[in-house]
Amino acid sequence: MSVLRYDLGLTGSKFGCGEGFCGACTVLADNQMTRSCVMRLGAVGNTSITTIEGLAVNDRLHPVQEAFLEAEAFQCGYCTPGMVMATVSLLRTNPSPSDQDIAKIMDRNVCRCGTYPRIVRAVKLAASRMKSTTPAPSEVRR
Amino acid sequence: MNDDIEVERYELSRPPAYRFDVERRDFMKIFAALGGGLMVASVGPAAAQESGRSGQQGVSADLAAWIHVGEDGRVTGYTGKTEIGQNIRTSLAQAIADELRVPLASVSLVMADTDLVPFDQGTFGSLSTPRMAPVLARAAATAREMLLDRAAALWSVDRSALTCRDGRIAAQARSAGFGELVKGRKLTGVVPAEAPIAPREAWNVRGTAPKKVDGRRFVTGQHHYTPDVTRPGMMYGRVIRSEGYTGTLASFDDSGARAVPGVVVVRDGDFAGVVAPSERLARRAAAAVRAEWRIPQGLPSSTTIYDHLRKTESAGGGRGTAPSESGDVAAARASAARTFDATYHIPYIAHVPLEPRSAVAEWTDGKLTVWTGTQRPFGVRSELATAFRVPEDRVRVIVPDTGSAYGGKHTGEYAIEAARLAKAAGKPVTLVWTRKEEFSYGYFRPAGVIDVKAGVDAAGRLIAWEFDNWNSGPSAIQTPYDIPNRRIRFHSADSPLRQGSYRGLAATANHYVREMHMDAVARALEVDAVEFRMRHLKDERMRAVLTAVAKKAGWPKPSVSGRALGIACGTEKGSYIATAAEVSRAANGFTVERLIVAFECGAIVNPDGLNNQVEGSVIQGLGGALFEAVEFGDGAIANGTMAKYRVPRFKDVPPIEILLLDRKDLPSAGAGETPIVCVAPAIGSAVRGLGKVANELPVRLA
Repeated sequence: MSVLRYDLGLTGSKFGCGEGFCGACTVLADNQMTRSCVMRLGAVGNTSITTIEGLAVNDRLHPVQEAFLEAEAFQCGYCTPGMVMATVSLLRTNPSPSDQDIAKIMDRNVCRCGTYPRIVRAVKLAASRMKSTTPAPSEVRR
Repeated sequence: MNDDIEVERYELSRPPAYRFDVERRDFMKIFAALGGGLMVASVGPAAAQESGRSGQQGVSADLAAWIHVGEDGRVTGYTGKTEIGQNIRTSLAQAIADELRVPLASVSLVMADTDLVPFDQGTFGSLSTPRMAPVLARAAATAREMLLDRAAALWSVDRSALTCRDGRIAAQARSAGFGELVKGRKLTGVVPAEAPIAPREAWNVRGTAPKKVDGRRFVTGQHHYTPDVTRPGMMYGRVIRSEGYTGTLASFDDSGARAVPGVVVVRDGDFAGVVAPSERLARRAAAAVRAEWRIPQGLPSSTTIYDHLRKTESAGGGRGTAPSESGDVAAARASAARTFDATYHIPYIAHVPLEPRSAVAEWTDGKLTVWTGTQRPFGVRSELATAFRVPEDRVRVIVPDTGSAYGGKHTGEYAIEAARLAKAAGKPVTLVWTRKEEFSYGYFRPAGVIDVKAGVDAAGRLIAWEFDNWNSGPSAIQTPYDIPNRRIRFHSADSPLRQGSYRGLAATANHYVREMHMDAVARALEVDAVEFRMRHLKDERMRAVLTAVAKKAGWPKPSVSGRALGIACGTEKGSYIATAAEVSRAANGFTVERLIVAFECGAIVNPDGLNNQVEGSVIQGLGGALFEAVEFGDGAIANGTMAKYRVPRFKDVPPIEILLLDRKDLPSAGAGETPIVCVAPAIGSAVRGLGKVANELPVRLA
């Protein structure tokens, strides 16, 4: 996370706890949701890292970002990048998650403002959109 | 009228925890020369916060202070309020757009920049909607009228022939955009105190639910919160602290830290810190400092705190409400058919804002600029000015939209720390508290002990009510129930942990105890808990929310047999709340299956935004109701990590049904706080349907 935020200036991944327990710093490492705050630089190797900054393509938002906007699935927004990345990862392994699936997979992402029900709605909205359309360009591995 | 009380009894707060040893010596000299020995560094800010209303400057009547209409037709509003997730950047823009008759998209707000916006006391007490929205609305309405005057004069037509919509003024054949009307002639003037604003029925933009105005910046990670702010040449700071929440430096060896390239070590009395060219080097340098701390002995712990609070009661009640008494409590108790007494314990809890307290400080030619997440930009400016002994106009505080606060970001200690480090390093410095610092050096919602005593007559009516609260605070300490003989007292006490505001202030503790006791008395009398409350309720707004929630919940029958329902109601900050909870038995206690909420805060400005606030407030309330409590002892916080201090997560959230009662005939009250207050008593009273419940928070089966 230090590399992302301070060396590369990619501040979309947030510092929340430094313990891997809040999910604000969630990124995708080879499509797997990963807490960047507890990820050692040495462990990165050839892994492909996608951050929130890499999700929208040419101003075209990822369907998950669209869904979060549409459901107003945030208040202060500090958890949002991590929530969006966790959702992208979740939907890649489970394209139609139930409420329980969402709660289980995303339980380590904290929204202190308590927008959980809206996030669940956003995840399901994104899931339905992504199933009914061909993969967006941003779904192509970058 | 009601609002004034809110600010006045605004929550307990301690002086900031910082001292300037080196500077204090000069300080003392100065004050000795002046014949005084005042420690301004701590008195100033504390007094500013305590004085509430009296410290307030008047609301500016200068139109240009609030609204600017650009030559491009864009409208800018200026406010000292801060956006901390409550979405006032959107709802205040709605008020401006509505009065000025412009599309919402052409309004933007400059918020919480002390060089650019009119003075503001701070963003707390749920006052932005009831207080700031009308101010901006009046300014916008005044600007609209001035534009109409200009168009009428320009075209020599009667004002009544003009229409104003979509940022344009038109008269039959002619039309001009606002931008053209202000070209070369800025709108200036006085906003009349009673400038008429549109009544609820005439709202067009208010009362609707537009999306968050800059939502896209949040879902793309582009918004820069304070920890994301960078400045040219910026360095990274760390403060050296004890393992606990207190202590004085016994020994200090910084040779290891000085060996790290580019590191500056700062030491002034018990304040010590490092500044490094990178965040990793700052961490390394901080870890290399060898510091030993002297921790005071015999400090209270989370188990001895309740005795401690009673023992250290100070006379006079301190800040807060004077004792309130009506009727003759002693006589009523003596004549009561039955009496019910109980004592409740309320632990400290933490705000845990996901964005840690942080600041970026930069000194340029003796002028200090600080970016920081705070609810009180002008308060922090004054703290900085006092701490560094510079005039306030040499200090600028800028608050980027902040990653939440919940009452936890009122004081400026982290801004002062960053400024101190920046001054020593001669470079801009960013300081982001670690999660551990958050738990140890922020402040908490106060712990408290509450004694409650009730007496009922033979007909089952409450005739006596005594309520004594030690330390947790006076907010909502009064009872809304019609009881002829009452004695209600708040007692100040010594708090070993720093304490201050929290969402809903002490209203959560006071509601919990009052409503749990109402429930206990109703149960003992074998009267339905809703019926028992109604018997003592005259306020029709309270009756309305209670009735609505009972109906929606299916009171008194739970939706699944074997479960239990509980209910609570209350009022705070001009709004009304009733909450019902349905619980079931679980292996290790109970599970909350369902929450039902009815909320009424006058006319609704943004229904979806309101729903979001109510839901969030209820979910935050689940934490204090179910598992949050700060554990401490020997001068340290024992559970000060995200792993140990459990906040509500996805799995903890039951289905929540929300009923918003829109009272178009009433002014809008604030809404971000009040819905939190009845979550715990609704759950606690529901759990009583499963077994005996301990008289404390979090709720647990005894």
